[in-house]
Amino acid sequence: MSRRGFVQRMVAAGLTVPMAAQVLAIGGVSIAAAPRAYAATKRGGGGTLKLLWWQAPTLLNPHFATGTKDQDGSRVFYEPLANWNQEGNLVPVLAAEIPSVENGGLAADGTSVTWKIKQGVKFHDGQPLTADDLVFNWEYCKDPATAAVTSGSYINVKVEKIDDHTIKVIFAKPTPFWADAFVGFNGMIIPKHLFGEYSGSKSRDAPTNLKPVGTGPFKFKSFNPGDLVTGEINADYHVANQPFFDAVEMKGGGDAVSAARAVLQTGEYHYAWNLQVEDEILKKLEASGKGKVNLTPGANIEHIQLNNTDPNKEVDGERSSIKTKHPSLSDPAVREALALLIDRKAVQDYIYGRTAKATSNYVNGPPRMVSKNTSYEFNIKKAIDLLDKAGWKPGPDGIRAKGDVKLKYLFQTSINQPRQKNQAIVKQSCEKAGIGIEIKSVVASVYFSSDVANPDTYPHFYADLQMYTTGPGRPDPAQWMRSFLSEEVSQKSNKWQGRNITRWQNKEYDDTWNASENEMDPVKRVALLIKLNDLVIKNNVVIPELFRMSVSAAAKNLNVTLSGWDSDTANLREWHTA
Amino acid sequence: MVSSTPASLSADGKPPAALAAAPPLSPSREAWRRFRKHKLAVASLVVLTLIVFCVAFGTLFWPLAINDIDFSSMLQGPSMAHPFGTDDLGQDILARMIYGGRISLAVGLAAMFVAVVVGVTIGAISGMASGRVDAALMWVTDLFLSLPQLPLLLLVIYLFREGLKSALGPEGGVFVLIVVVIGGLRWMPVARLVRAQFLSLREKEFVEAARALGASRMRLVVRHILPNALGPVIVAGTIEVANAIIAESTLSFLGLGFPPDIPTWGRVLFDAKDQLDTAPHWALFPGGAIFLAVLTINFIGDGLRDALDPRRVL
Amino acid sequence: MSPAYVLRRILLAIPSLFGISVVLFTVLALAPGDPFGELMTNPNVPASVQLALRAKFGLDDPVYIRYVHWLMAMLHGDWGFSFVSRMNVDILIMQRLPVTLAVIGASQLLAVLVAIPVGVLGAARPYSLFDQIANTLAFIGFSLPTFFTGLLLIMVFSIRLEWLPFVFQSDLSSTGWQWWVDEIRQSIMPIAVLGLFQGASLVRFVRSAVLDVIRLDYVTTARSKGIGERRVLVRHVVRNALIPVVTLVALQMPVVFGGAIITEQIFRVPGIGSLLISSILSNDTPVVMGVTFVFAGLVILFNLIADLLYGFLDPRIAFR
Repeated sequence: MSRRGFVQRMVAAGLTVPMAAQVLAIGGVSIAAAPRAYAATKRGGGGTLKLLWWQAPTLLNPHFATGTKDQDGSRVFYEPLANWNQEGNLVPVLAAEIPSVENGGLAADGTSVTWKIKQGVKFHDGQPLTADDLVFNWEYCKDPATAAVTSGSYINVKVEKIDDHTIKVIFAKPTPFWADAFVGFNGMIIPKHLFGEYSGSKSRDAPTNLKPVGTGPFKFKSFNPGDLVTGEINADYHVANQPFFDAVEMKGGGDAVSAARAVLQTGEYHYAWNLQVEDEILKKLEASGKGKVNLTPGANIEHIQLNNTDPNKEVDGERSSIKTKHPSLSDPAVREALALLIDRKAVQDYIYGRTAKATSNYVNGPPRMVSKNTSYEFNIKKAIDLLDKAGWKPGPDGIRAKGDVKLKYLFQTSINQPRQKNQAIVKQSCEKAGIGIEIKSVVASVYFSSDVANPDTYPHFYADLQMYTTGPGRPDPAQWMRSFLSEEVSQKSNKWQGRNITRWQNKEYDDTWNASENEMDPVKRVALLIKLNDLVIKNNVVIPELFRMSVSAAAKNLNVTLSGWDSDTANLREWHTA
Repeated sequence: MVSSTPASLSADGKPPAALAAAPPLSPSREAWRRFRKHKLAVASLVVLTLIVFCVAFGTLFWPLAINDIDFSSMLQGPSMAHPFGTDDLGQDILARMIYGGRISLAVGLAAMFVAVVVGVTIGAISGMASGRVDAALMWVTDLFLSLPQLPLLLLVIYLFREGLKSALGPEGGVFVLIVVVIGGLRWMPVARLVRAQFLSLREKEFVEAARALGASRMRLVVRHILPNALGPVIVAGTIEVANAIIAESTLSFLGLGFPPDIPTWGRVLFDAKDQLDTAPHWALFPGGAIFLAVLTINFIGDGLRDALDPRRVL
Repeated sequence: MSPAYVLRRILLAIPSLFGISVVLFTVLALAPGDPFGELMTNPNVPASVQLALRAKFGLDDPVYIRYVHWLMAMLHGDWGFSFVSRMNVDILIMQRLPVTLAVIGASQLLAVLVAIPVGVLGAARPYSLFDQIANTLAFIGFSLPTFFTGLLLIMVFSIRLEWLPFVFQSDLSSTGWQWWVDEIRQSIMPIAVLGLFQGASLVRFVRSAVLDVIRLDYVTTARSKGIGERRVLVRHVVRNALIPVVTLVALQMPVVFGGAIITEQIFRVPGIGSLLISSILSNDTPVVMGVTFVFAGLVILFNLIADLLYGFLDPRIAFR
């Protein structure tokens, strides 16, 4: 199909022309026009790059990475076939080119993708990278005995070797979002010749688990789990004149504020990751002139969920059971009033500052996926009118009630200073409108756990309202949008592993999601995904508050390449000082 | 060596000869007389009473709300409108400290009381009874010393928070839980100290003498040994108050303490730490309040110690 | 005190330790948390992955079975492996041990070396200027939490004066004398913070213990015999005041192994305390169990040593 045809069809589907051009993509994945150019003239000479992660990597096998810190640590040494760049596009790393229908890499029916591997790439021990390594990675990850955390990207595909430098990934059904296996942080490739003997149940014994041998710009030097990772330049790196730095050092531990200090105020370190620090503090630190703050948009949002079920009634041994209805939050007027009572702008201005933007959408990136059909407003007066009209009258204690149902809510979140301030702001405006709020905060290690026995985890949602940050984790929201599917309701029978935490069920939503899964036409697919977002917002299933950037700090003269869709260390090879 | 000299003139609580010549005073009047001679202790008692009065009735004189968010006056230094300044949400720090002080002081004193009572009881029993009882009690002490506190606390929250909340109401339940938890995790040093003192004291001549005179075991402990072992207990108790005030703030980070919007002193100090360079007043007042409370309680402890010392040398 | 008594106490320590391990394991296994929590928040990792991991590491087995597995392995000298880093627990602990011993040990040593003389001299002249200053410093020491004093030191010495680094580095690149200089520079602040906190309470205890003794008649007798003041203090007073001090030091010693969680966090000292806290937060039972088990052993050991020292300090103390 021609470019013009695309654009015309999209405009027909109700989108504007500039937006239509952005959607120009194959399947669910769009491709960078040209790799970002960094005009380096020679390799090395940059000295030691000192990175500060306030959570330290605890292991360096990318397939065992339990958190971002481990992915980031592994990414110093290992690489995937392709990275995601800031625009949410693929950039080849170990691939010779990005597959497309035009170059024959991508089957038009979306059932397979063929990757060509770059020639002449060597692992740090001198062995060449071949198709066998990729096939091995697939076998390694999909084996349940290996217990790889990346297995989700590999269990539903089949990988075939075509020749020494070509592989084919075959999907069970047409798959619009095909760039998952071998791409980004789930796609780092470990060498067969070192891990081959340690597949399956022996996976823990591999000496290379702790001494990574990859293809990346830096060679492994030392590793103390939970403390320090060091690497030195790979003189044989497969990209000319890269990397710039002679060595890299990644120190872990401590807290975000002092990490920001070490880069922005004292200059002890060159780069600090994931600075979840109030912007006021960052600005003051930045004023000392040693460094700058980088804001990288992805699609993470801080949002408030409204419980559709009754958290105070126990049915068959569980609260918030799908068999119950919330006594007051089931009233659309109350939901809308709550949305009007959240002062998103104040939360942005006084807590998050530059690091987040008030938003009316659940999906906030990449830009081509963002709905233009929603808006938000903070209006206590309007909320009061709505509640009055719906029959919720203020009681003697100032709290509104209808019959014996009171508008009194338990509002929970994790323990985190900005969140507690956010809770205080929400509480104050709700109380002005006659809605009582009881604040509860749960220690993060419990709140964000899958502990079946603990009622304080967010999937249990034994509260009326709760707040946390979530995001798609890749430049395509389809998987993430499962979190409103009826079949995904989090409940006792699925050990609260379901993704639908709000327990909202809606047939139109389910049908739209299923349609998007089978839609190979990118234009129509994006339109369907936008419709999913709009359904969630119009029904006030959740109240999106802020679109959060990932925040990092870098020394003044350090040029970093970052992407909100990939690890911070994904493009370390391009980093350089001016 | 101790063994070669009588341990004390006043071994069995009778006043020494020199004092006996004066008109006899009852032991409590005598203690008070001696406490009054300790000027720092008296001054501290006055200051502490004042602090307690302020936090108990301060809201009558300073009626500002503790959670009035005002973005237009964030992080302001002390002024007429806000004598202690404001925090990062523009809330009045003085009002918050008055409110939080009640909790901090109550928790500090109650938790200290629990720790001391439990510690003295276990230490005394262990020190008097040797053999199996001693071994068993020391095992329990060792167990509590080696338990990692964080998982234990998380377990306690998980097991008891909801139950206590429904039984005693949100504030009362949390208060009891905090006091029991802090006291329950801090009695071990007191027990060890008291036991060590008892091991030594029970062999002393004055105890032997009392025993020979037919004093019961209970009387031996309460009248003869314990008063001589009080020195370290009072020190431990006063240190415990400071520990409990600080521990309360750490507990609220585990979701075990009071809700995060209740500004106890330790909590305010913690919230202030990241703005230490730009808004030092925010940390100065809660830090100063904790220090002042600890200081006065310690001096009162010193005074008590001198007043209750059976040797009555000073 | 007979050697038979010492032997009996040591033998008794074995069932004690065993009993403690049962309680520890139960508490850890029941405490809420999850090693794979972060996976769950990632929408692209199917729930099945996490369930498979839990099953593979035996996290869903009943507590007593997990305990028996742990105990059997431990009896064979196998400490198990961390769920989070998939490394052997003993290796993880050994990596952290040198730094912990150096930093925490130095701070304890500093606390004891400063607190004992200060406490003794303060008690020798109670309410003198020296005593008052020492007391006030001690009050500041234990009424300010370490998270606060640590930050204060960083503000002054790292940010204002730019004298000292505040990120502790376990692999200094320098060698020879320079290595020692760098090591000391980066250790000063954590040692000072911890030393102040520990020393503060110790000063108060020493002072109180000495005050208890210094008023006794035999001290006056010794003085009246014309023995020098220094000699009276050291030979007659301190020795008899040592029982509470020995108790406290014995209580503190195991901490040298256990680390200091908050201070390690502030200065990023890769000690056992920070290993412990991150393992606890991710419910990494084998690591927590390994650390606390050694810690429990040390608690018992030092309690025993303290008991033996009591007998030495006061020969009348008889253990039956």
